Amino acid sequence: MRHLMNPMDFSVEELDRLFDLAADIEKNPEKYAHKCTGKKLATCFYEPSTRTRLSFETAMLNLGGSVIGFSDAGSSSASKGESVSDTIRVISCFADICAMRHPKEGAPMVAASHSTIPVINAGDGGHQHPTQTLTDLLTIRSLKGRLDNFTIGICGDLKFGRTVHSLVNALSRYSGIRFVFISPEELRIPGYLREKLWDNALTFEEVIRLEDVMGKLDLLYMTRVQRERFFNEEDYVRLKDFYILNKDKMALAKPDCLILHPLPRVNEISVEVDKDPRAVYFKQVQYGVYVRMALILTLLDLA
Amino acid sequence: MLNVGKIEEGFVLDHIPAGKSMSIYYHLGLDKLDCTVAIIKNAKSNVMGKKDIIKVECDINTLDMDVLAVIDHTITVNVIKDAVIVEKKQLTLPLEITGIMKCHNPRCITSIEQELPHIFYLADADRELYRCRYCDEKNTERF
Ligand SMILES: [Zn+2]
Repeated sequence: MRHLMNPMDFSVEELDRLFDLAADIEKNPEKYAHKCTGKKLATCFYEPSTRTRLSFETAMLNLGGSVIGFSDAGSSSASKGESVSDTIRVISCFADICAMRHPKEGAPMVAASHSTIPVINAGDGGHQHPTQTLTDLLTIRSLKGRLDNFTIGICGDLKFGRTVHSLVNALSRYSGIRFVFISPEELRIPGYLREKLWDNALTFEEVIRLEDVMGKLDLLYMTRVQRERFFNEEDYVRLKDFYILNKDKMALAKPDCLILHPLPRVNEISVEVDKDPRAVYFKQVQYGVYVRMALILTLLDLA
Repeated sequence: MLNVGKIEEGFVLDHIPAGKSMSIYYHLGLDKLDCTVAIIKNAKSNVMGKKDIIKVECDINTLDMDVLAVIDHTITVNVIKDAVIVEKKQLTLPLEITGIMKCHNPRCITSIEQELPHIFYLADADRELYRCRYCDEKNTERF
């Protein structure tokens, strides 16, 4: 039995098979509409994350399965002090597969080691959120047609953003990827990640202004720069516009440069950009459902 | 030099960095064993200047080599049987180790679920770096 804890749990070949399956689901959804009839997904969310939970539940419903679960710790036995190891033993009797979100790092791994059903990490604190990374990869692969040989700009809070670190790690396994990191000085990628990129001889550069590099990007992955991450208000006011994507900056981008964002967005992408065909962040949400469908089928051995 | 008698069966842990012997004594659980243990502190060493030595008279299968390796894999382990050295064991860093280090990351699940075993995996052998299996935080404990 397999679980998904970390996006790197799957080899590049296994990911290829998963993405092929997701692509087939996109093309022929009716072929998969009853694949999970009689199967149940438990969504065990110890902290609310409505979008992630609904994406998992939609995935299971699209496969003809059904869904049980809880959406925050207060409404579950966790509020009475039950351990994750006990909860998953109980859930294992109810459901066929479990997606778990927990504020503490490693909680889904604890669940996996006591579970008799596959467990998917649906986000554990600031640690891992593998299905977001799989979503990002599937979106790129589907819309670019490949996962190698492109220049990707990653913009925003690169220091604390778990989504970003995970995506960089995952893309590091493909050839010909050039990274352009766009962030304020204080929010540059962490040292360990920079070392890893050096060790693997990957091409990357770090810049302050999005405008300076816009024209060379094949993809731009936007993330939020939170006000509280800045040391002082002055810096925030001075720098924040560098990291807001608007029509003017889009005018500098290549005609086929795709804009991704893990959502929710606040103001880092102006709504005027939404109409631009290069803005694919809402399509990304759709790919999130396809990749979770493919994942459920794969972990249940129904692929 | 201080003389400690020969042992029939057991171990002589040699070339322990001076001052580390008591930590090893506790981590190996020698305090809980009902057998003869000799701890020699600050013995003269040509190579190290000063060193510690631990002699344990016990069944040769009772020693946890993994624990010893994590504490210091450069220690020489002489296995004694019938009063002669039958083997000099080379210590290698275990890939996974349970119950020796504790994870101190306050965001880690081990911080709220007390009964969980603290498990670390070898993340970088060259740097002797272990990380928590749950949260991947680096081990910061020294012995
Ligand atoms: Zn930990």
